[in-house]
Amino acid sequence: MSEVSNPPQDDTADPVLALKSRSKVIAVTSGKGGVGKTFVSANLASALAKRGLRVLVLDADLGLANLDVVLNLYPKITLHDVFTGKSKLEDAIYKAPGGFSVLLAGSGMVEYSRLAPEVRDDFLRIMESLVPNYDIVLLDTGAGISDVVLFAVSMASEVLLVATPEPTALTDAYATIKVLGAQQKRQSIRVVINQVSRTGDGTAITTQLQQVLDRFVNKDSEHPLKLIHMGDIPADTAVRQAIMKRQLLAQADPGCPAALSITQLASKVESAVIKHGA
Amino acid sequence: MGKDTSCRARDVPAVIHRHYSYPVASATDSSVIRLGDLRLDDARALLEHDPSSVLPAPEASPVEYMQTILDGLCELSLRDPLTGLSNRRHFNHLLNREIEAVARSGESVLLLIMDIDHFKKVNDTYGHHAGDLVLQAVSKCLEACVRPMDTVSRFGGEEFAAILPNCPATFGPVVAERIREAVSELSIVVSPTETIHVTISIGGAFAPEWVRSTIELWTERADEQLYRAKSAGRNRVFIEEQHGVAVSADEKGMLFGHLLFGDPASGDAAGSAVTDSEMNRAY
Repeated sequence: MSEVSNPPQDDTADPVLALKSRSKVIAVTSGKGGVGKTFVSANLASALAKRGLRVLVLDADLGLANLDVVLNLYPKITLHDVFTGKSKLEDAIYKAPGGFSVLLAGSGMVEYSRLAPEVRDDFLRIMESLVPNYDIVLLDTGAGISDVVLFAVSMASEVLLVATPEPTALTDAYATIKVLGAQQKRQSIRVVINQVSRTGDGTAITTQLQQVLDRFVNKDSEHPLKLIHMGDIPADTAVRQAIMKRQLLAQADPGCPAALSITQLASKVESAVIKHGA
Repeated sequence: MGKDTSCRARDVPAVIHRHYSYPVASATDSSVIRLGDLRLDDARALLEHDPSSVLPAPEASPVEYMQTILDGLCELSLRDPLTGLSNRRHFNHLLNREIEAVARSGESVLLLIMDIDHFKKVNDTYGHHAGDLVLQAVSKCLEACVRPMDTVSRFGGEEFAAILPNCPATFGPVVAERIREAVSELSIVVSPTETIHVTISIGGAFAPEWVRSTIELWTERADEQLYRAKSAGRNRVFIEEQHGVAVSADEKGMLFGHLLFGDPASGDAAGSAVTDSEMNRAY
C-alpha cells in the first residue's frame, strides 16, 4: 500500500511470528538518524569478534545503510542480488576488516521499503539459514519507526537503542521505545548513549527515560517496559577521525576513550545474549 | 553559415546573423566554439517570444550571450507556459531532492495534489479560453497561499501539486484548507459579462520519515487522498494520517525537565568540557 504501514494490525507487531532462532539476534536501532547507529553496529561487531565470537552484521536499513561507507567495503554482491535470485546467499557475505561478516542490502533495496509479504518471507528465510552459523547477529536497522524497522526489530530477541543526549534524539528515542513496547510487547530495551560529554550523563539519561516511561506508559501496563543501560560512548574526536579514514576505532585508535567504552559494551552484550540464548 | 533549413531564420532579426563568427571560448583554446557554427535560431526564437527575456548583443560578450540563451532555455524547460508554474519535470526533480533529504533528516515534508472540480464543465460551457483563464487564476492563488520556499507545479491538465518542506504535521491540514478556501473565493472574469467560481479538491501525504520513498509511491499516496476528497463530494481536503506516536508536551516536559531546572552552569560546563577534550585530542 504505502511505505509506512499501520502497525497495530501489522504482523511485524508479533515477534513470535518472526524468527525461530532469534535469540542470538540483536537489533541496533535509533529513534533518529545520525546518532551513530551504524558506527556502533560496526564497532560493536568488531569488539565482539575480538572476544572470539562469530559475528554477522546484517544491513537491515534497506536502501539507506551507511555500513559500506563506515567499513570502506563496496561488495559487488548484496542482499538485493540474493532476493532477485541473481546470486547465492553465501556469495553476498563478506569479511569486514574487524574480523566479522557483513551482508549489505544494496541500493536496489529501496523498492523493498514497502515490505510486501513475500519480501518478509524471503527475509525470514534468509535469516533462518544464516543465524545458525553465528554466535551473534547484529541487525543494523533504519532509524525511526517505519515498518521496515519494526519488521527488522521483530526478528531480534534484544534491542539495542542508540541515542545521543541531544533533545531531538531523546524525544525520538522515547517515541521508538513507546512503539516497541506497545506493538511488540517488549519487556526490555537496552540503551546505549553515544556522544556523551561527561561520565554518568548516559546513565542519567536512561534513568530519565525510564521515569517518563513509568509515569506515562508503564502505569497501567501489565508488561512494564524496562530500560537497561548498556553504557556510554564518550564524545571523542577519535571517532570522527576514524570515520573520516573509514576505519573501525579498533584500527584507527584502539586506545581512545570511545574504543574502550565499546569494548566494555561488547562484554555486556555478550553476557546478555549468550546467557539468554543458552 | 547559419543557412540551416530547419531553423526558422525569418523569426530572427537579421542583425544577429552578422555576428555569427564570434568565438565562445578563448582563441587559444583548441576546442574553440564559434557562435556561427551553432544553430541557435530556434533557441533565439523561443526566447524572443517571451517579452520578459532580453538577449544581450552577441558582439559585446559571446559568453554572456550563450549563457543567457542556455539559462533562458533551462528556465523554459522547467516552466509550464500557460501558468508560469513549475512543470512536472521540474517538480519531479524537486520531489526527488526532498526524498533524499527526508530519508536522512526525517524532516516533515508534505505533498499536496490538487484538482479543480468539474473543470471540463468550464471548458464545455465557457470555452477553452475561459478554461485557460481559470487555470491562470487558480495558479496565482495557489502560489499566494504558500510560502516562498514551497513549490507549486502544474502537474498536467487541471491538476496541480505542491511540495511543502519543513511542514509540521499539524500545519499541513491548515495550509491545505487555506488553499481550498482561497480558491473557492476567487471570482474569475472570463468575459465582460461572465464571472465564474470554481472549487478545488486536495489530497495530501507526508513523506515517510527516515524512509527513502519514491516519486511514484509518494504521489500515489497523495492521489489516494485526492480520490477520497473527490468521492466525498469535492471541494474538500484529505490528508493521509501519519502513523507514529506523538510524544505529548507533558512527556517532553518530564524528559527535559533536568535540562531546564538543573544547574544552569552545568550545560555550559559540559559544552566547554567537550571542546577542551577535543582540543587536547586534536593537538
